[in-house]
This record gives sequence, structure tokens and C-alpha cells, in this order.
Amino acid sequence: MDTTAKPQYDDGVVKYLTVGAVVFLVLGTFFGTFAASQLAWPALNFDIAEITFARLRVIHTNTVIFAFGGMTLMATAFYTVQRTNGVKLWSNGLAWWTAILFTIGLLATVTTIGLGMTTGKEYHEQEWPIAIAIALVWTLYTFNFILTIASRNKETHSHVYVSNWFFLGMMIAITYLYVINGLAIPVSLFQSYTLFGGVQGAMIQWWWGHNAVGFFLTAGFLAIMYYFVPKQAQRPIYSYRLSVIHFWALMFGYVWLGAHHLQYTALPDWTGSLGAVISLAMIIPSWGGALNGMLTLSGAWDRLRTDYILRFLIMSLAFYAMSTFEGPVMAAKSVNALSHYTDWTIGHVHSGALGWVAMVSIGAIYHMVMKLWKTEMYSMQLINIHFWLATIGTVFYIVAMWVSGIMQGLMWRAYDEYGTLAYTFAESVAAMHPYYVMRAFGGFIFFLGAVVMLYNIVMTIRTAGARSANKVESLA
Amino acid sequence: MAKRQKSTNIQDMFERNIFALLTATALAFSIAGIVEIVPLFHLKSTTDYTEKTDQYGNVKNERFPELVWERTFTEDANGKLVSEKALYKEDTNGNWVLADWEAGDGVRPYTPLELAGRDLYIREGCYICHSQMIRPFRDERERYGHYSLATESMYDFPMQWGSKRTGPDLARLGGKYSDEWHVMHMLRPQDVVPESVMPAYPWLAENLVSKSFFGTERDMSKRLSVMRTLGVPYTDEEIANANKAIAGFTEMDAMVAYLQVLGTMVKLDDSKVYRQ
Repeated sequence: MDTTAKPQYDDGVVKYLTVGAVVFLVLGTFFGTFAASQLAWPALNFDIAEITFARLRVIHTNTVIFAFGGMTLMATAFYTVQRTNGVKLWSNGLAWWTAILFTIGLLATVTTIGLGMTTGKEYHEQEWPIAIAIALVWTLYTFNFILTIASRNKETHSHVYVSNWFFLGMMIAITYLYVINGLAIPVSLFQSYTLFGGVQGAMIQWWWGHNAVGFFLTAGFLAIMYYFVPKQAQRPIYSYRLSVIHFWALMFGYVWLGAHHLQYTALPDWTGSLGAVISLAMIIPSWGGALNGMLTLSGAWDRLRTDYILRFLIMSLAFYAMSTFEGPVMAAKSVNALSHYTDWTIGHVHSGALGWVAMVSIGAIYHMVMKLWKTEMYSMQLINIHFWLATIGTVFYIVAMWVSGIMQGLMWRAYDEYGTLAYTFAESVAAMHPYYVMRAFGGFIFFLGAVVMLYNIVMTIRTAGARSANKVESLA
Repeated sequence: MAKRQKSTNIQDMFERNIFALLTATALAFSIAGIVEIVPLFHLKSTTDYTEKTDQYGNVKNERFPELVWERTFTEDANGKLVSEKALYKEDTNGNWVLADWEAGDGVRPYTPLELAGRDLYIREGCYICHSQMIRPFRDERERYGHYSLATESMYDFPMQWGSKRTGPDLARLGGKYSDEWHVMHMLRPQDVVPESVMPAYPWLAENLVSKSFFGTERDMSKRLSVMRTLGVPYTDEEIANANKAIAGFTEMDAMVAYLQVLGTMVKLDDSKVYRQ
């Protein structure tokens, strides 16, 4: 039997996850735009329980973080682990099961949250039956990934490439944090009470909560960066040494940061301060990592003019650098006193989520689509349009939230000449209206970009066969 | 130089052996939890010196006795857990009311109706827009009241401190408005506060609180007994009567009962420094 005719990698499951991620990006940004509009125009709640703001907001966060982000992480991990280790997946069947069950788990999450089933723990809202299922699926994913690396040919691939370290760290940390934070006693099929209450519960909740950001949305997407930036730029990563430092500092440091969500609360002062100090120190590895990605382009910066995919990747690193600077600033107690509880936090999250996570994913997805279907994109011009929609949408969004957040914080603490509070709370809510409109607009622009992307990818896939046939004809 | 050589060798080993890398990574991120979280379960200062007196979650506080409602559990002749003080009881008119506790007596477990209301507060995602955690700042004191203490949420599984104030803090909401105001506000928020961006919750007034998802029973006895496992002290009688205590009430009644107890359990002494 001719073995050379066999496909080199298991790409079917990667194709499924890639397209799935884009579909969830469209859905998630739609939910977000709608929820943002509800804050600007509360009549949009329509008195329908399933889509009231608080439920829709959680549906939005779960769709973008866990559905879009999760499927992107699975697609890219399965894609890169094969290519960096020169082997097929340890089990293609298991990968398919992982992908299908993960999709079902996420659809179940979104539905049950709409129905009002929630643990009441932010970024861990899935009730116990779904949480257990998702944890198991995640373990399958991790297991397959590790065994694929372990089964590599150690002669040709003696060392494990850096993107795999980050994926591995992300998988292990997420399993560990998600399971501990999720420990609960069921009271019915639809409801449970968490094992950790009060002040300890708050710390454990944000220990998970910040690391949904730190590991899921940072370490995982840095793995994407470490593979796709060098690939797209066609240059090796700028500094090996910097990646080693970046990796270990991130693995050790990120887990400490949760406490900075609880400054000035009933959490003991020392814990919050410790969180803030480590947050500040995290600027160094984060910027090291961002520079490592950007400087990979040294000597090839001109390619940004012509390579639209590279634009997404490099813009994402700029946002990564910006939000990893902003984060530690907001963790500092004096700033946190103003920023906490305000829209500034939402702005910060979105400069990371839209600017960094979504953009690096989008760049990686365009790259993968061309490789997986062995074709050029249907339209490079549409990628350029998408790039500008995404960038402008993100900037609109975060500027609106900076202004409204800082304004809110200042209004709450403002005093008049008689020494009494200058504004009622309701006045601060009314003052937010123009910024809520602007934020919804920015979100809508970003959503439009996602729709353009979906269209472009669908057309690419539909015409891939025809175009490669044309190629053969012209060659003949 | 020798030191640097050594560290490179370790990194080299990690890169060749995926399982060694896995183990080292797991160790690296375990440290934070051990340093930041484990002590919170042991240091007395974490919980304002409130200490457990039994495995059921009864507490005392020698330094700040006003913080907690102290009672003790004993087993009666039938092996049932009883206490010298009752949390709630049925009055002569057949209404379930608070028994040996009055506002300001200190933190106590929620009554079944309040706990059901709390479940609804979580179901509707109120914590997405409302915090329950007042920080020790002058403006927060004037707007919301005394800063919050850890003891005040010790019976909250999960805590509802929140992270965002799209609406105001609710930690000391209880008693600030009438029950009627709350009902009006949840039915038509903009009729009461024109600037509000809060959604309306008309279905709360239509549904019975004894029903849960898909028309299943909301078993409050089960919920109270799970709470006791978690460390919220309820007597056997309180657990047994829990379903009766919510019978006939709407979801709105339960929600209002919960909102009206927020921040009213403790009467804090302004002359004392509770947080170090």
C-alpha cells in the first residue's frame, strides 16, 4: 500500500472546530451587541425573562469566552500539535468526540443560562451536570494533546516547541482551577450550592475568575501567537530565551492575581496587596512576550503593508501589550479604588478580549483556513475590510468605556461645596447613556467584521474545490 | 556561570520530556493558591474573629459579640438537633414569622423564604449589576452605609459581592424602602426611577415560589439541609418546616423578603475598628 498518498495530518476535526469558532464569534458578538443596546435602551429587554440583560450578558460571556475561545483553542491546539511534533493526533476519534461533546456542552450552557440555571459564580455559571460534562471533555482534550506530544518521533523532534508549553500550561491550569472552583452540592438537577462561601468563596471565585483570563484567554492564545506569528511572518521567533522567561513567569505569576479583584473588600488587606504586587511584576513577562512576538517581524515590517493576516496578529500583540499594562495599573489600590465596580473594568476586559484574543484568533483562523483547504482566501480585500472593522470597533468600544468608567468613578466620589455628595446614583446612570450608545455602536462594528469573516470563509470553502480544479486545468 | 549552565539543563530536560514539563508547570502554579487561599481558612482575622463553636456552623465572636447571633445545638431525646433559640416559627394566625431573633441581633441563617428569594436573586443574575460589598470610603459610607464585613457573608453560598455597579450597591438595602416600593420597582423600574436601565421582572409576581424549573417543586427542606452540610446552622425542626414556610408566597414575596433583610442583621458600632 502506498503510504505517501495518505494525508499527513488529521485535519477533519480541525476544520470542524475552525468553522465552529467563527460561527460562535458571530453569535457571541451579536449577543454582546444586543446586551450593550439593552443598557442604552432598557425597553429592549421586552419583559422576556430569557433575554433580560443579566442573563443575556452571561450568555454573551460564555459564547465568546468558552464557545468561540474554546473552539479556537481546540482547533489551533490540534492543528499545531501535529505540525510541531510531526505526528498525527494520538487519537483522531477521541478528538472528534471532544469537539462534538464540547459543542453540545456549550449549547447546553447557553440554553440553561437563558432559562435561569446558574451557579451565581461569575465565569463559572454552568450548573453541576453541565460543569461535570465540560470538565470531562476538557480532560479528554488535554489527554489527547499530551499523548500526541509523547508519541512524537524523538529522533526528528527531540524538543517540544514553545507553543506546546503554553497550550499544556493552559490545559492543566484550567482543569485544576475549574474543578476546584466548581465543587458544589446539588440540591436538584438544575441547582447546586457551592462548597465555598463568604470571604473564602470570594477569593476562590476570583482565583478562578482571573485565570479564566490568565490561562484560558492569555496562555492559550500566547500558544497561538508563538506558532502563527512566526509562520505567517516566515521567520523564527525573535528570542528563545525570552520565551522561556515568558513561559515560567506566566505559569508562576498569573495565578496570584485573582486577589486584585477584591481590593478594599472584606478580603484581608494582605491578600489584595499581594495580588497587586504580583500584578505589577507581571508587566515584565507580558511585555517580554509581546515584544518577542513583534520583534519576530524585524527586517520584515514592510510585509504589514501587504499581508492582512499578519496585520491582525501584530495588532493583537499591540493590544496585548496595552491591556497587560492597563491591568496592573488597575490592580494598584489607589487606581482600583476609582476603577472597581465601574465600566472601566469592562473596557479593560474588552481591550484584551476584542483587541488581543479575538484578533490573534482571527489571524490564526485565516491562516489555518488557507492551509486546511489548500487554497487562497476567497477575497483578501474582505480580510482588509474585516481588519479595519475589528480595529475601529474595538477602539470605539474601549474609549467609550474608559470615559464612562472614569466618569462614573469620579461622580460617585464627588462632593459639593457643602460637603455632601454631589450626585445621586441615578444621575450617574443617566450620565452613562451616550457612552452606552457609543459602546453598542463599537460592538456592532466589530460584529459586522465577524459577519464579513464568516462570509469570506464560507465562500472560500465553497470555491476551494473549483479553484484547485482550475489550477490543475491551467497547469495542464 | 555554573548556575546558569544548570538552569539551562533543567529547561532542556523539560523540553525533551513532556511529563516532566507537565509536573513542573503544575507545581509552579500551585504555589499561589497555597499562599493566598489556604491561610484564609485558618487566620482568625479573616473572619473578623468570628469562630465556629460546632460542626454545624454555630458561631461566637468574643472581640465583637454584636456581629453574630449566638446559639447552641443539642440532641433531644429522639436524637433530633434542637436549639434553645428558634430562628422562625408559626404564629397563632398560621403565618411563619421570625422567632427569637430581631434585627440587629447579629448574623443568622436566612429563613426559608429569604433563602428562596436569594436563589431567585441569583437566577435573575442581579449580581451582574449590583454589588453587595461596601468599601471603607467616605462616599460609600454616605451612600450605602458602614463598610461590609466578612462575617456578614459567612452564610452566603455563594457570596454575592459582585464586581460591577451598573446599579447601586445592595449590601445594606434592607429597610431603606417599603415592600410596596420594591414591588413597584421590580414591576416597572422606570416608573419609580426614571433614569434606571434595569429590566422589569413582571413574572416574579405571577409565579409561586414553591415551584422551581419546569414546574418541579422547590424543595426548601433539601436546600436547608444542604446548607447545614456546608456550615449554615439550621435545627432539624427548621429544616422540616421549610416547605411550609414558603407555601402560598409568590416569587416576588420571596425576593422582597431577601432584599429587606440585606444589611439589617448586624448593628455595627461606629466607634469600633472592625477591619485591621
